[in-house]
Amino acid sequence: MSEAVVHEDHHEHHDHKPTGIGRWLFSTNHKDIGTMYLVFALIMFFIGGAMAMVIRLELFQPGLQYVDPLFFNSMTTMHALVMIFGAVMPAGVGLANWLIPMMIGAPDMALPRLNNMSFWILPFAFALLLGTLFMPGGAPNGGWTMYPPLTIQLGDAFPFLIFAVHFLGISSIMGAINVIATVFNMRAPGMTFMRLPLFVWTWIITAFLLIASMPVLAGAVTMMLTDKFFGTSFFSAAGGGDPVMFQHIFWFFGHPEVYILILPAFGIVSQILPTFSRKPLFGYESMVYATASIAFLSFFVWAHHMFTVGMPLAGELFFMYATMSIAVPTGVKIFNWVATMWRGSLTFETPMLFSLAFVILFSIGGFSGLMLAITPVDFQYHDTYFVVAHFHYVLVTGSVFALYAGVYYWLPKWTGHMYDETLGKWHFWISTISVNVLFFPQHFLGLAGMPRRIPDYAVQFADFNMVSSLGGFVFGVSQLLFVYIVIQCVRGGEKATNQVWEGAHGLEWTLPSPPPFHSFTTPPKVTDATAHS
Amino acid sequence: MSEQNVIKTAGKLGVLAVLMFGFGYALIPLYNVFCEITGLNGKTGTVSSQQVEKIVVDMNRVVTIQFDTNINGNLPWRFKSVEKKLRVHPGEVKDAVFVVENTSDRAIVGQAVPSVAPAEASIYFNKTECFCFTQQTLAPGETKEMLVRFVVGNELPDKISTMTLSYTFFMAPEDKQAADRKENTTEQQI
Repeated sequence: MSEAVVHEDHHEHHDHKPTGIGRWLFSTNHKDIGTMYLVFALIMFFIGGAMAMVIRLELFQPGLQYVDPLFFNSMTTMHALVMIFGAVMPAGVGLANWLIPMMIGAPDMALPRLNNMSFWILPFAFALLLGTLFMPGGAPNGGWTMYPPLTIQLGDAFPFLIFAVHFLGISSIMGAINVIATVFNMRAPGMTFMRLPLFVWTWIITAFLLIASMPVLAGAVTMMLTDKFFGTSFFSAAGGGDPVMFQHIFWFFGHPEVYILILPAFGIVSQILPTFSRKPLFGYESMVYATASIAFLSFFVWAHHMFTVGMPLAGELFFMYATMSIAVPTGVKIFNWVATMWRGSLTFETPMLFSLAFVILFSIGGFSGLMLAITPVDFQYHDTYFVVAHFHYVLVTGSVFALYAGVYYWLPKWTGHMYDETLGKWHFWISTISVNVLFFPQHFLGLAGMPRRIPDYAVQFADFNMVSSLGGFVFGVSQLLFVYIVIQCVRGGEKATNQVWEGAHGLEWTLPSPPPFHSFTTPPKVTDATAHS
Repeated sequence: MSEQNVIKTAGKLGVLAVLMFGFGYALIPLYNVFCEITGLNGKTGTVSSQQVEKIVVDMNRVVTIQFDTNINGNLPWRFKSVEKKLRVHPGEVKDAVFVVENTSDRAIVGQAVPSVAPAEASIYFNKTECFCFTQQTLAPGETKEMLVRFVVGNELPDKISTMTLSYTFFMAPEDKQAADRKENTTEQQI
C-alpha cells in the first residue's frame, strides 16, 4: 500500500530530473544521453579538426616545415579515426537517441541502461586512442585502414589502438541493438513501419549495418593482435598467412561503414526538405527501398578499395559493376529530394540551406565515386588526392553538413529557444564557400598525381595546396561560430513554439519545446493524417 | 510493448553480432579455398608423382620459366637460383635448383613462399616437390642446394609463353619472435 502511494507521488513529479554530475554519469534518459553523445561528438570534431589543421599547415608549402614526417602520418591516421569513430558516428547516435523515441511516440529507448553503457565506453576508448599520441614510437601512423604488416610494426601504441577499436565496436553495436529494439517494440499504436519518419528508417538500416559489419572489424584487429603477440600468422606470409587478406576483411567492414556514416544523413535531409518545401516527401516507399538496397549492396563491393592489389579480370569487372549499381538507388534518392522541392513553397532557413548544399555537394562526391569505381581509371587515381577529395565531399559536405542541418532543425525543439538565424546563415555561407575552396582543388591535385598521406610534394602542386590550406583554415575557424550559436541558443532566445517550423510534421513537433523528460508517457494515436504526411 | 519482447529482440541481435564476429574468422579458410581454386595471389598448384606420369608432353610448345629470389626483412641469408631461366615443354617434368646460404653465426629456420606471375598462369604451375613445402633450417654458415620439381600443365592458355616463379624467404615466425625479443632487450640495454 505504502509503496503504491510512493509510486503515485513519484508519478506526479515525473519530470523531476536527478541533479548534479550523477544526472549525467548514471543517466538512463534518452535525451540526456543524446545530449552527451552530441557534445562528445562536437569535442571530437574539434580534436580531429585540429589534426586536420596540422596537416593543412604542413602542406601549405612544399618541403618539410613544421612537423616531422612520422608525426604527420600520425595526424592523417588519427584525424580519420577520430572523425569517423569519434565525431560522425557518435553524432548520428546522439540524434537517434534524441529523436527516435519522440518520432515513434515512445517514452524512452527500449534499453536505457545499455544506452548509458554504450555512451560511457566512448570516453574510455578515446582515452586509449588519444593517449597513444604521448607514447614512445608515436601514435598510429600506418593509415586508419591499419594494413599489416605496417601497422603491426607500430610501437607501444599498437595494443592501445586495437583495444580502442574493440571498445568503439562494442559501443556502436550496443547502440545499434538499442535502436532496433526500440523501433521494433515501442512504436505508438498506429505507427506502422510504413508510417515511420524516414530518419527512423535510415537508422534501422544503419543499425543492421553496424551489427553486421563492426564484429568483422573486431575479428580482423583481433587477428592482428594475436599475430603480434601470440604467434599466429593470419597476415604473415612466413607462417602461411596473407597480408592482402586483411584488406579483404577490413573492407568487408569498411564499405558498409561508409554507409553507416551517410545513411543517417540521408534520413535527416529527408525530414528537412519536406518541411521547408511545405510538401510531403516525394516517393516515401521508394526512399525506404532505395536505402535498404544501398545497405544490401554495400556488402558486395568491398574490393573496389583494392583494385590495385591484384585481382583476376572477372573480379575487377564484378566489383566495378556492383559498385556502379549503387548509383541507381542513390540516384532514386537524389531524384526524390529534388522532386520534393519541385513547385514547393520554399523558404531558406539555415537547416534548409545546409540540406540543399548537401544534395548538391554530396552528388559531386557521388560522381567522383563513380569515376573511382571504373577499374582502369582507378589504377591512376588510387591513393591520390582525388580519393581524398572524393571522400571529403561525401563525408564533410555530405554527412557533416546533414548533421549541421539536423542540429539547426531540431535545436529549437531541444532547447525551447530559436537560434540566431542571421548567425546561422553566416555559418552556412562561410562553411560552404570555404569547404569548396578546401576540397575542390584536391581533385586537380589528385588527377595530376599527388599521392595522399605524404608530408611533402613536388613543387608543381604548390599553388593548389596553398589554396586548399587557406580554405581549410577558414573552414576550421568558422566552425567556432557554430559552437557560439549553439551555446547562445541553449542559454536563451526567442521562445520556440511546439511546431517550431511552419511546415514541420511528425510526432516530435506535437510535444512542447523543450519536450518533457520522458517523451510520451501515454502513447499517441497515429493515423494516416498525423503520420509523416 | 513488453519488457520480454525487448529482451528477445536484443538477444537475437546480440547473437547476430557474435555470429558476424565468427564470420570474420570464417573468411580466412574461405579466402584460401577461393585462392586455390582461382589461382589468385599466385598460389601454385601441386600434383602427385602418379598424376604426372599420365600427363602428355606437348613437344610442339615451349614455355620460358624465369626464376626470381628474394629475402624478406633482416633474414641474414643469401638466396639464388642456379639457372636464371628454363625452357620447358608443357607436361614435361623439370627440376630447378636453388642455393641458399646462412651468412650469420646462428642457426635460423626459414620458410620460402612461392608466387607465380602472371596470376592466371599460376594454377597451371604444378609442383611435385619443393623446398617451400617445409621449413628449412640452416646451421651457421651452412650452404644448401634445394630442389623444385615442377610440371606446367598442358592446358596453359596459348597466349602465355613466359612465366615467372618467384620465391621469398621469410624468417620462420617462431624465430622472428625470438629475434624481435632479443632486439628489444638490446635496445633497452643501450
